[in-house]
Amino acid sequence: MKAQPIEAVFETRGLTKVYHMGEVQVHALRGIDLDLYHGELVVLLGASGSGKSTLVNILGGLDTATDGRVLYRGTDLTRAGERELTQYRRECVGFVFQFYNLIPSLTALENVALVTDLAARPISPLEALQLVGLGERVHHFPSQLSGGEQQRVAIARAIAKSPQVLLCDEPTGALDSETGIIVLEALDRVNRELGTTTVIITHNVVQGEIAERVIHLKDGRISEIARNERRSRPSGLTW
Amino acid sequence: MRGQVVAIGLVIVAGVSVYVTMTSVSNTLQRTLNLYYREYAFADAFASVRRAPEPAAERLRRLPGVAELETRVAAIVNLEIEGFTDPVSGRIVSVPEGAQPRMNRLFIREGRLVEPGREAEVVLNETFAEAHRLRPGDELGAVIAGRRRTLTVVGIALSPEFLYQVQPGSLFPDPERFGVLWMGRSALETAYGMAGAFNELAFTLAPGAYGRDVLERVDRVLAPYGGRGAYLRDDQISHSLISEELNQLESMALLLPSIVLGVAAFLLNIVVSRLITQQRDQIGILKAFGYSDSTVALHYLKLVLVVAVSGAAVGTGLGAWMGSAMAELYLEYFHFPYLAYRLDPGVVFAAVALAGGAAVVGAALAARRALKLPPAEAMRPAPPASYRATVLERIGLQRLVDTPTRIVLRNIERQWLKSGLSVLGIAGACAILVMGMFWQDAFDHILHVQFKIAQREDLTVTFTEPTSAAATSELRSLPGVQHAEPFRNFAVRLRNAHRSYDAAIEGLAPDPYLRRVIDSDLNPISIPEGGLVLSKNLADILEVGPGEEIIVEVMEGRRYERNVQVVAIAEQFLGVGAYMALDEANRLAGEGDAVSGTLLMVDPRYEEQLIEALRERPRVASITSRERTMASYTETTAEMLLVFTFVLSLFAGVIALGVIYNSIRITLSERDRELASMRVLGFTRGEVAYVLLGEMAVLVALSIPVGLALGAFLSMLSAASLQTEMYRIPVVLGRGTFALAAAVVLISSVLSALLVRRRLNRLDLIGVLKTRE
Ligand SMILES: Nc1ncnc2c1ncn2[C@@H]1O[C@H](COP(=O)(O)OP(=O)(O)OP(=O)(O)O)[C@@H](O)[C@H]1O
Ligand SMILES: [Mg+2]
Repeated sequence: MKAQPIEAVFETRGLTKVYHMGEVQVHALRGIDLDLYHGELVVLLGASGSGKSTLVNILGGLDTATDGRVLYRGTDLTRAGERELTQYRRECVGFVFQFYNLIPSLTALENVALVTDLAARPISPLEALQLVGLGERVHHFPSQLSGGEQQRVAIARAIAKSPQVLLCDEPTGALDSETGIIVLEALDRVNRELGTTTVIITHNVVQGEIAERVIHLKDGRISEIARNERRSRPSGLTW
Repeated sequence: MRGQVVAIGLVIVAGVSVYVTMTSVSNTLQRTLNLYYREYAFADAFASVRRAPEPAAERLRRLPGVAELETRVAAIVNLEIEGFTDPVSGRIVSVPEGAQPRMNRLFIREGRLVEPGREAEVVLNETFAEAHRLRPGDELGAVIAGRRRTLTVVGIALSPEFLYQVQPGSLFPDPERFGVLWMGRSALETAYGMAGAFNELAFTLAPGAYGRDVLERVDRVLAPYGGRGAYLRDDQISHSLISEELNQLESMALLLPSIVLGVAAFLLNIVVSRLITQQRDQIGILKAFGYSDSTVALHYLKLVLVVAVSGAAVGTGLGAWMGSAMAELYLEYFHFPYLAYRLDPGVVFAAVALAGGAAVVGAALAARRALKLPPAEAMRPAPPASYRATVLERIGLQRLVDTPTRIVLRNIERQWLKSGLSVLGIAGACAILVMGMFWQDAFDHILHVQFKIAQREDLTVTFTEPTSAAATSELRSLPGVQHAEPFRNFAVRLRNAHRSYDAAIEGLAPDPYLRRVIDSDLNPISIPEGGLVLSKNLADILEVGPGEEIIVEVMEGRRYERNVQVVAIAEQFLGVGAYMALDEANRLAGEGDAVSGTLLMVDPRYEEQLIEALRERPRVASITSRERTMASYTETTAEMLLVFTFVLSLFAGVIALGVIYNSIRITLSERDRELASMRVLGFTRGEVAYVLLGEMAVLVALSIPVGLALGAFLSMLSAASLQTEMYRIPVVLGRGTFALAAAVVLISSVLSALLVRRRLNRLDLIGVLKTRE
């Protein structure tokens, strides 16, 4: 199902998130208006504490907004209950986190299969692992893989169910630059080949070059949206 | 942690309270018993004889080993109590007029002793008096030596000799239908033609005397007078039953708490292990700062000791409370004159030491591992757990299980020791229940065999002495009697080499219908000609089998010996038995064609009337009803067993809950990250719960059969250890027992699951993702 390029996957309007810590209120998001389009690769940049993770978690249905609205393809996520959000994550969202969060008792292949078993239109687990360059190590347990390899298993797991969106919170945060680039290549390739709308959070300004748009957050607000004329290949980056 | 600590605390409370209750009650009873025996001069040995002249007593007193000896006259009589239609029999024992006997003295609860010259005065045993609400001043009827008399109650008393007031041949007290009475010696002497003679005696042993030797000497003196064999205190029915009860209490007081505290040690072990894993880096930092291993160890030790000691404190309090309540029950049950419940400091100390010991062992095993780590290594995160495919998958069955199930199975297999111990812990709870309820099953089985298969008569009529066989035909013709069968009883000593046992041979009609001897498959057997059938326990005591000969010493009247062949072994749970064909028994007893009594099958509509008629007959010594006997067995034990089962179920539930809840909590804490990740990936709460609880479900499923088997094994052990000459305990376990044991475990599992489910639903998805394991 090829959609028109201008279709908005996410629309947020006045998105606000306030954390209550006893007497203190922490405003993590102070009114975010943002549209993310189909097949787009977006990089989120911003200082620590600027609200990047909070935004992505709300988009991914892990957290709920205090105020404002999030529409996912026209559906209001802010009104969804626990059950609907689980269903939404299960069908539509792929996550990649800084710490890979693989199931230690399952092999690479089984970690991917765990998710494809649930999915309606999965790609085969082996194919997913080959896509991230791990076709050789499918029967290894996470403890037998390096950090970069584990992160690529996590990416394979996130994309194997062919999600509509791929949300990555500092996927290279725990990796050295060389390994980080391999991981970014995997993400880049998935985005190009499968057309998955991809959001990548990073502290690394250089990584913004692989995106179509770079969104800057500051104090819970969007401070700048920059459009790249040309997407760079991750292999060309250095940091 | 709080829930877990509370759960472990409860297990310790359960263990300690059972220990304190049972040990303190057992000690209290033992102490009271000793004191009572001493203060009321309970005799060391007893003997009965047909009729011996008083000078024989003088000879007995001079025997080496006999310290003090007192003679008396005793008889079994039929009693009549107004408003009570069932047959009641009593054992009348003589006491000196106006004075306490020297041995087996009476504790006068109410009224006074018998006074000289008052022939009709009696003192009643308290249990009997209470059963009929008889007080001093009341009257009751008695047929004494064939003459109907009216007796006046002047006192209510207790005696160390009749703590358990049990009819000869019976094993349970039935205070409504059997009672002990004391009467003046001269009144009884006159009634039974025993002037200047006696038919019972009690004596104490000189210090250092060897009891068996003394008994032999006494028997030799009494033989010409129809001695029925002297016996020691250990064979005295009240004492042996009470000892039985105390032994049972004592063995339970050790076995139960050991299991429970073992479980507590295991729980503390897994919790401390987990805690140490979580605080690994902190331990490393402390050690890097120069804290010694022992300082770090002390920290964890203090933690578990706080749990153990507070558990022990609550458990001791609860135990003391339950103990004093239970002692109160026993006071009523045994009719001690006094009973001072005391919680010995030793018991409290032992309880605290046991709980503390279990805790320290559990924690020390866990801490040892952590302390061995060099600080630098401890500060690094623990090496990732290594997994591999399970046995099931390695043999090619991986396609049978889906991915979440694989997670479950691999985790169980990786932590096989912990899983195994969890299974054992839950199985322990299950086993405790099985063992507790086993008593009920065994009891039911005994009653069934004894009163439905072996004994089918409605009434047993015994005659004052062996009577011509015509007596049975006479009874058969009474209205309401549907069937009558004679039997012949006589006292014998059975000997095989150095083994001997005093019993009664029961001669039964050929192919009896009412009283039947049964084989080990519970089928009635007809009594073969040519020898004796011994009950299994008697054959074991004598160490004989079918085909072997034993010596029968006839102890009634003239004493003589015969060699008799054992022809078969019979199943019998209650008491011992030696059976013979009636005519052969008579030939052996040498008193012609005689019967000791008659078994009757009665039309229930005529029963009351028939009992009335039987009572009128001077030769009838006692009338007992099977229905009543059975009812009294059930009544006395049923309530005790019910309370026992309930308390055990509660404790077993606490243990099962403790193990299961803690195991799940530990698993949850070890794997919250993994489970949160699954939720992030879109697994529903139910699917995630499956991974967490599935592991427990497998362990519980494994533990139930293990627990049932373990319970059956423990039941077998305790049946074997509590088996006595008085009864054999069959190892039968009803389906209901297994079902209840399994149900308690399952209910505990469901409860634990519900408790954890809340936590599972509140898993912090985002928090977990921010941190590195
Ligand atoms: N659970 C929470 N409770 C209270 N405050 C929170 C919570 N989660 C986030 N915050 C606060 O919300 C703000 C935004 O947090 P967020 O995690 O979105 O920042 P971030 O941009 O992802 O930072 P980083 O780059 O360090 O990951 C911060 O000030 C943070 O302290
Ligand atoms: Mg963040």
